[in-house]
Amino acid sequence: MSAADAVAAVMFAAVTLYAVSAGADFGTGLWDLLAGGPKKGAPMRRLIDKALGPVWEANHVWLIFVIVLLWSGFPRPFATIMRELAIPFWFVGLGIVLRGSGFAFRKFAPTLQAARLAGIVFAGSSFVTPFFLGTIAGAIASGRVGTGVEDEVIWLSPTSILGGILATATCAFLAAVFLTEEADRSGDVELAEELRLKAFITAAVTGMVALFGTVPLRDDAPTLFDGLTSRGAPEIILSTVAGLATLHFLRRRQLRTARISAVIAVAAIVLGWGFGQYPWILVDSVTIEDGAGHPATLTALLVAAGLAAVIVTPALVMLYRLADTSRLSH
Amino acid sequence: MTPDHLLIADALLPARNQMALSLGAHIILACFGVAMPAMLFVLHRMGANGDTDALELAKRWSKISGVLFAIGAVSGTILAFEMGLLWPGLMEQYGDVVGLAFTLEGISFFVEAIFLGMYVYSWGRLPAKTHQLLLLPMIISGMSGTFFIMSVNSWMNAPTGFDIVNGQIVNVDPWAAIFNEAVFLQYLHMLLAAYMVAAFTMVSVYSVGWLRGRRDRLHRLGILVPLVFAAIATPIQPIVGHFAGQAIADRQPIKLAAIEGLPVTESEVPIILGGYYDGSEVVGGIEVPIPGLASFLAQNSFDAEVIGLNEVPEEDQPPVNVVRFSFQIMVGIGSGLALLVTYVAYRWFRHRDSFLDNVWMLRAFTLTGVASIIAMETGWITTEVGRQPWVVHGILRTEDAVTDGNWVWFTLIGLTIVYLGMFAAGFGVLRSMSKRWAAGETDLESPYGPGRIHELVS
Repeated sequence: MSAADAVAAVMFAAVTLYAVSAGADFGTGLWDLLAGGPKKGAPMRRLIDKALGPVWEANHVWLIFVIVLLWSGFPRPFATIMRELAIPFWFVGLGIVLRGSGFAFRKFAPTLQAARLAGIVFAGSSFVTPFFLGTIAGAIASGRVGTGVEDEVIWLSPTSILGGILATATCAFLAAVFLTEEADRSGDVELAEELRLKAFITAAVTGMVALFGTVPLRDDAPTLFDGLTSRGAPEIILSTVAGLATLHFLRRRQLRTARISAVIAVAAIVLGWGFGQYPWILVDSVTIEDGAGHPATLTALLVAAGLAAVIVTPALVMLYRLADTSRLSH
Repeated sequence: MTPDHLLIADALLPARNQMALSLGAHIILACFGVAMPAMLFVLHRMGANGDTDALELAKRWSKISGVLFAIGAVSGTILAFEMGLLWPGLMEQYGDVVGLAFTLEGISFFVEAIFLGMYVYSWGRLPAKTHQLLLLPMIISGMSGTFFIMSVNSWMNAPTGFDIVNGQIVNVDPWAAIFNEAVFLQYLHMLLAAYMVAAFTMVSVYSVGWLRGRRDRLHRLGILVPLVFAAIATPIQPIVGHFAGQAIADRQPIKLAAIEGLPVTESEVPIILGGYYDGSEVVGGIEVPIPGLASFLAQNSFDAEVIGLNEVPEEDQPPVNVVRFSFQIMVGIGSGLALLVTYVAYRWFRHRDSFLDNVWMLRAFTLTGVASIIAMETGWITTEVGRQPWVVHGILRTEDAVTDGNWVWFTLIGLTIVYLGMFAAGFGVLRSMSKRWAAGETDLESPYGPGRIHELVS
């Protein structure tokens, strides 16, 4: 494994961690939107506030980490991505700003009116942001970035749309599973049952999207399709199994286990994409090796990644444990 | 260049303005992220030792920090995007030179975000003696994050850690790029500025409350604790600034020439306050009656030679007036604040906190927050506009780094609207929090919280 491969692996690990941690946060947007009027929706919104409060900023940092690793390790592909996918990136940026500020403001909103407005901003932007992130992934994975495709909007290709829908569905699925477990633990059986049904439905929908979504990939993203059916196949199978297991655990009300299998299902499909497009950093255009920055920087980045693992991991474990116990005490 | 061309194709003007807006907005929030944990630590420690007022104040400030940190985190993300979206020409060439600094900053920010999450949500769940310790990693990561970000900015002023051979960037040494020769002073300058902005802003807010008659112990602490931080940082700042200026004289003499409004290289250069640079000289300013003062400040000798703008062709000169005005505003405010805290320190050692009874003193305090923010912003304008037309000093021109995207006017307008909304809403939320505290609320429950559910209809 070359240094460039190692940096790409670290970066992709960060993408995966972002997908599962921030994905669950983004996904709450849909359930917040659908929670109903102020009174009816209050328990759901309280649950979301409590679940996201301590962790969403830390979960969000993975994205910054990915962006920074991309420009540090792969400066030229990074510039190409930012030039060709500027529009979806702006939508993501807009969504992130609205989501974060909407969430922070809602909690301390002085009046119900203000809280509702902040809540709609938070929930709406949470719902749409993953779509644009998915279109970015789709554009890169389908071999449209850096390859001089001119007669189409590259982030609205079939693969991009699939990426967007899959990302949105995945986030809603993760959020539903996480929230079910949390509602159950806080003792709100009614809310937990409502969420369990939502988790069940989104699990099925997400699975269907993932399954039938691969059909247009064959023509629209042939390199990715080949990769997914060869190098990425074990991950895709793992994701399928974990997804089915999640349905099973949800049915049996084994909610903590369902949470774990849901994370595996999502992590595996993201990793499947990564393995599927290896050795390309920009599919059909630039390989990881060719796009990598200076070797001295790659080595230094690996040192920094080691440092991050040592410093950040224990702190992050502490945060998650604290968030878990704090919810228990309520 | 036709107006039409300017609107559609030339992204340089809107891109620079958008960067200025994004940085100018984010840096205010960053100051609180960097400096609030230290002030919180003092309060929380007092609280852990039995001071219930201090503990209550720490609790309130942690909630304020939570809100400010949230909008700081998202506006920081916009900046990360903009590095590539607005300046792809910079990042594709030098992304791997400065990338390590950004990565280490990312780790610092990660640590801060994690511990902030733990700190803000641990009230009533951890004993105060343990709880306060969560602030220590935040204090350290605030300092290290500032260092790495300032390292990138100082690298743009003093680029190092690479060679250019036949137009190719080779021999990259990311550690050398981090520890460039400008980093130390720039870092100290910004770290002190962060503490000044956060401390003076808190002093201002609590002085307003004090003047409105809320003369309780909470407000007394709210003024005095940050005032101690400000009183330590503010007098050091001009000294650091002076040495940073001397370093500019060597490294970026044209930036200094713009600061002085000096058209041609000469010796015994005086300092002229105010006035307007008309393209050949400063007109209408007031000359400080110490001959050669600028020479002395720049080179430690009253008859030393100072480089003038004429040393480089006009297209390599920054816009003089913006740089000059900004610099003079920064120095003026900084000097005023240094005098103020020196006087306060004198009063404190003579008569303890009797200055809190002096209405004029309190009125002066209410202005310090906005003043310190203006000083910091004008400082940034001085160094950033003063580096123009270069984005990497002497190596890469800003116009060669900018995107060729045709959307920059739209994103500039869009971001302006979004940030205006975000800051207005943030201000409104913080104001309402303070009103609710003043009215005796402590928990600030959300409108759909269990304790307020009876207020809801439908």
